[in-house]
Amino acid sequence: MLLEYLAIAVLIVLATVVALIAIGLGGLFGPKKKTVNKSMPYESGMMPIGPGTRRMPVRYYLIGVLFILFDIEVVFFLPWAIVFRQLGWFGLIEMVVFVAILLVGYVYAWKKGALEWE
Amino acid sequence: MDWTLWLELVIKALVLIFALLGGFAYLTWYERRLLARFQSRLGPNRAGPFGLLQPIADAVKLIFKEELTPAKAYKLVFFLAPIMTLVPSVIIAAVIPWGPPFQLGDRIVTQSIADINVGVLFLMSIASIAVYGIVLAGWSSNNKYAMLGGLRSAAQMISYELTLGLAFVVAILLGNSMNLTDIVEAQRDGRWFVLVQPVGALILWIATLAEVNRHPFDMPEAEQELTAGYHTEYSGMKFALFFMAEYQKMIVVSAILATLFFGGYLGPWVDRWPLLGPVYMFLKIVILLFIMIWVRATWPRIRYDRLMAFGWKVLLPLALAVVMITAVGILLAEINPWMIWLIPIFSLIAGAFASLMIDRSLRRKAYA
Repeated sequence: MLLEYLAIAVLIVLATVVALIAIGLGGLFGPKKKTVNKSMPYESGMMPIGPGTRRMPVRYYLIGVLFILFDIEVVFFLPWAIVFRQLGWFGLIEMVVFVAILLVGYVYAWKKGALEWE
Repeated sequence: MDWTLWLELVIKALVLIFALLGGFAYLTWYERRLLARFQSRLGPNRAGPFGLLQPIADAVKLIFKEELTPAKAYKLVFFLAPIMTLVPSVIIAAVIPWGPPFQLGDRIVTQSIADINVGVLFLMSIASIAVYGIVLAGWSSNNKYAMLGGLRSAAQMISYELTLGLAFVVAILLGNSMNLTDIVEAQRDGRWFVLVQPVGALILWIATLAEVNRHPFDMPEAEQELTAGYHTEYSGMKFALFFMAEYQKMIVVSAILATLFFGGYLGPWVDRWPLLGPVYMFLKIVILLFIMIWVRATWPRIRYDRLMAFGWKVLLPLALAVVMITAVGILLAEINPWMIWLIPIFSLIAGAFASLMIDRSLRRKAYA
């Protein structure tokens, strides 16, 4: 079993090496003539105003939090799906109860407008 | 641990990497030619026969391009982000079985890098890691367009990941295993899961389109709004790595869809000649990629608020319903095997209901 993960490790190392070689080739053969204007942030020819990284809308955090909630649900589904045939109807009803509790939260988030993007 | 084992690991890894690289190069050619055909043009046809040498010409051109790093960029992250985007797009393919094992000399060679028992979980985890490269690229560029592109892609990818995970659960339920080889073997004799659960396959396909930021979900790089999104500041080979990662992800998600729902490497005579497995995978991937490019040529990009609403309000409940329908159907099929066909019937009803609700909600919002 460990051998399989070793294979993945070998793949990760080789993929990183290939990526580094690709970047290295570009650095080796590409011209390097830096000017002030070239190293400015690209804004379609306008002079940039203010910093590039600024505060972001709170919507994105909200989506992040909701994602964590529902991703735990999905993760809980995975072991259930594996032993589902052994558990039979009992497991199904348990899962229906779990999903029902989660759906309450989902409907609440929907009604509160957490899923709106205005 | 003898040296032949190491040799096998390295050879298999290199074959996969270079197959994906070549696949990427010719996928760009395939896409440009097809898009040209859709738009009554010829497309690249000058370099070599049918323009087949065009990808090589593009690669040579990109190598000789200047690489710029903006003065205000966070240099280390700016350098690492393309690598962090490319590497997951390669290693996610590690668990996909490309064919049945075959005998070479006195050893049995499996046609996958790693046949691990938590294959589907591996797919999910690597799909999540793929977000990092894009977000970090957007953030480290210190550019407003790039920042917005990175944020958008993060929100979009995590939103559709829930649906993706639930669609994987459907395949696990039907295959009764997380091992991808077992899931493929459960689809033997033409019992492809797409026949049992067509809506599940459709949901998985939509979610993967959003995951790889393809049309009509390519908001992170919406040209008209964000110039190029998260890779606005990248040029030369670093840009090429992002491009490479995007196209390799297209190939890999097509392979995943083929494995989970379209019978994977199975096809006629694949048991007698195991090397036919990769050929069948190739054909299935080419057909799925054709559909992806067809969608790009046909559909307009959807608006960002509708994209999020579609993911959260339509796909997520529909995917939950589909999982539940599948579970009930499997239990009923243990009583009577014919009951398995209740799954597609009820799933299609649920899918039709979801489409109806989309239609109604869009009609209500129309300005009279």
